[in-house]
Amino acid sequence: MTYEAVIGLEVHVQLKTRSKMFTRAAAGYGHPENTLTDPVVLALPGTLPVMNKDALDKIIKAGLLLGCEIAPVCKWDRKNYFYPDSPKNYQISQYDQPICKGGSVEIELPGPARNIMGEHKSVALTRIHLEEDVGKLNHGDGASLVDFNRAGTPLMEIVSEPVIRSADEAFAYLTALKTVMIYGGISDCDMEKGQLRCDANISIRPVGQAALGTKVELKNLNSFSFVRDGIAHEIRRQTAVLESGGKIVQETRDYDGQTGTSQSLRSKEMAHDYRYFPDPDLMPVEVDQRWKDSIRATCPELPFDRQRRLQAEYGIPYTITSVLVPDRDLGDYFEEAARLSGKAQAAGNWITNDLLRELGAAKKSLSESKVKPVHVAGLVKLVEEGTILSNAAKEVFVDMFNTGDLPEAVVARRGLKAETNLEDLERWCAEAIAANPKSVADYKGGKESALNAFKGPVMRQAKGKADPKRVDETLRRLLAG
Amino acid sequence: MSQELYNRPASELSQMLARGEVSAVELMKSVAERTRQVEPRVHAFNSMDEADALAQAAASDQRRARAKATGSAVPALEGIPIGIKDVISVAGQPLTASSRMLENFVSPYDATVTGKLKAAGAICWGRLNLDEFAMGSSTENSAFGVTSNPWDLTRVPGGSSGGSAAAVAAGEAIASLGSDTGGSIRQPAALCNIVGLKPSYGRVSRYGLIAFASSLDQIGPFARSVEDAATVLEAISGHDPKDSTSLKLEVPHYARGMAELVKSGRKWKLGIPKEYFGEGLDPEVEASVQAAIGEYKKLGCEIHEVSLPHTKYAVGAYYIIATAECSSNLARFDGVRYGHRSKDAKDALDLYFKSRAEGFGPEVKRRIILGTYVLSSGYYDAYYLRAQKVRTLIRRDFLEAYKQVDAIVTPTSPTPAFKKGEKAANPLAMYLNDIYTIGVNLAGLPGISIPCGFTSSGLPIGLQIIGQPFRETELLAVARAYEERNTWRMQFPKL
Repeated sequence: MTYEAVIGLEVHVQLKTRSKMFTRAAAGYGHPENTLTDPVVLALPGTLPVMNKDALDKIIKAGLLLGCEIAPVCKWDRKNYFYPDSPKNYQISQYDQPICKGGSVEIELPGPARNIMGEHKSVALTRIHLEEDVGKLNHGDGASLVDFNRAGTPLMEIVSEPVIRSADEAFAYLTALKTVMIYGGISDCDMEKGQLRCDANISIRPVGQAALGTKVELKNLNSFSFVRDGIAHEIRRQTAVLESGGKIVQETRDYDGQTGTSQSLRSKEMAHDYRYFPDPDLMPVEVDQRWKDSIRATCPELPFDRQRRLQAEYGIPYTITSVLVPDRDLGDYFEEAARLSGKAQAAGNWITNDLLRELGAAKKSLSESKVKPVHVAGLVKLVEEGTILSNAAKEVFVDMFNTGDLPEAVVARRGLKAETNLEDLERWCAEAIAANPKSVADYKGGKESALNAFKGPVMRQAKGKADPKRVDETLRRLLAG
Repeated sequence: MSQELYNRPASELSQMLARGEVSAVELMKSVAERTRQVEPRVHAFNSMDEADALAQAAASDQRRARAKATGSAVPALEGIPIGIKDVISVAGQPLTASSRMLENFVSPYDATVTGKLKAAGAICWGRLNLDEFAMGSSTENSAFGVTSNPWDLTRVPGGSSGGSAAAVAAGEAIASLGSDTGGSIRQPAALCNIVGLKPSYGRVSRYGLIAFASSLDQIGPFARSVEDAATVLEAISGHDPKDSTSLKLEVPHYARGMAELVKSGRKWKLGIPKEYFGEGLDPEVEASVQAAIGEYKKLGCEIHEVSLPHTKYAVGAYYIIATAECSSNLARFDGVRYGHRSKDAKDALDLYFKSRAEGFGPEVKRRIILGTYVLSSGYYDAYYLRAQKVRTLIRRDFLEAYKQVDAIVTPTSPTPAFKKGEKAANPLAMYLNDIYTIGVNLAGLPGISIPCGFTSSGLPIGLQIIGQPFRETELLAVARAYEERNTWRMQFPKL
């Protein structure tokens, strides 16, 4: 029998705010234990929560970017459960009135090859709500210690409808979601820092069957590839269970990415009663049209919309846009360089090949790059005008990358200016053609190699310092004319 | 009894301090000395830090001297020792909530009200006893001993703010702060012959008050006069960015506004709710309250009978809402970060069970269990949601009555102070003691209890006046109009 998977993802995304969700204590990662705390974070007796408006702004922005319906009122509920990483032993969350409802995420499935665009699909969302993160337990040395640095960090829970059909789709969904969050300045979504966490609900059913199978919740999927691998593993596991005549048990399983195996954590019988009720410490906050409009005004173009625009507006191929677009800053960088140089394709090539290669080798980020769009544009122009040859241009780029000097300055300092200018080259080519009518006839008769007969004299005139590619182009152009 | 410093109202002491007849240090010494004398019998305090209080008093004298030298104004409570219920945080002082759970806990921060009192020049004096986590009506639920009623040491002072009431009545503090969730300021004030004011919900910041029931809790003053209560209220009121439930409303000059209204001789329209004068009301209490109503008539006030038809549901709704909120509010006391931690827990779950079993007293446990039950899946709609609807109806009852009257006059408590142990074994009888005060909390209204006489056996009786939302000035003026015409408040217990 053939089965199909039905997958829904619950993604937790930490919002990029300066302070915590309900107090002024700083939010952050990598600080000494229990230093990002205050009486409210530690739930000292008598403390009260006060909402961080920036966090609400950011989740509304996320909702607007993903086409969600924004609730007219932001209401808070308490989710009651005891756990040592939870200072109040309740989490302030949103139960029956999430701030964002509906919406969708546009995803791109893997194409037939890396350089060919894959199919696009829309994954529907159920809801997005806002809550506070918990602390972290560190076990070891016969003791369990709690670090409350993470506790109270604004956390968004994004719940998809069960419409994802494969591990690859889940991967594509997370990738697209992350890109949108980064575009909106909502979160950096760094999984290693716990800024994005993912749980998957997975069931399988025979193809054609409408009823859903029994679902299993998969936890601890702590990298994008673990999400993909974990889901693929769970689909195989469930298929094997059903094929051997077994039944799927509703349970929560823990996926171990290192070993590629999963274990049962708890069954449904141990489900909590969270005793949700409206938090009496927090007044509902009205979100009116003006508020929404002011946030909408700060919403950037969505990544896939930008990709479509770059391809249409600049005529650059998928191979380049698929590199530029996922990184909002890189996309901005490109658009600036393209604008300054007027040559989008050439600018795109320099950025996606040379710039990214050098940044990677130097382990630097784009913001640290000494080569700015103005450098790239300058270099494109120098090559275009024939001031430097393409080999020399590579050398100029590396120099600019190290020194930050403008290309003209590098060319002058290193003496890289081509000794030929375009007029000379044009004249030498014309002379070579005029001096060899036989080869002209051969070439026009279809003998491609006849072209070489002109190149020797031109290169001799140029004392070897002419760009072979440009000589080739010029000769072909003149012969065609 | 002679007028010792410790027995005078704050308004009088302020004038003496201003005239230089007494220093803040002398006043504090008088209060501390009085406390040393009577405290073994009254037990109003969980702890006190006399050295710290005297240092605060010395600093107050210096501030006053500087203000005099520069001609700048002296804040209203400069040099006045004010006791603080041990459920309100004072930086560097114990904060126990009269619970084993917090027996050794010292709070690192000031509650907003504490900070405001200090800014107004007051001396924060002592940590006053209460029913554990403010749950009770007699102060018998304290883990650190029962407070005695200064008028009869065999009787309770009321509660939960029993320590705050007894301290002011016994001359151990000039005024004090309490918290009122279902009557915890007004009822002990009535039982101890002092003034107790519960402000409108949202008038005073709750930041730094250990939450019992967040949607009902409100901090307010105990004092020897309506004027003193007005002065303290003015000092502690106002919007607090640390408490989202505190309202962004300007704070009126309560004492001045009240005095002007009284002087104008305004003829108040007062409502008498028939539901508050039924079964269970002690005849002597009723007689005193009726006599007080008679005084208002003599003042030319119009008296109207009003109806608050949903009163009979108030106690039920209250004990669902309050316990639901407390079951969640008290979850933080788990032995992990602070407070009592059981010595022999095997794992995290065991740590919770044992620490909480050892740390909480029986009434707190009873309410946590009740609250957990009413919030449980499947019961929420039948209990919590319905109680919230009742709450809306109760508020509507009051607002309906206020279309006709300016304020509502009732007894504060159905009985005078009862004997220690008398109701301790019967929680329901204890809960019914709050029958006249609970509706005010459910409706978020301001309410005040003022002395209105004594029983034949010499036990104080309180008159409750209930005001309109955020109209404390009028409420105080109604109270003051009566207070002016009697001397109940000038009687002191013989200790």
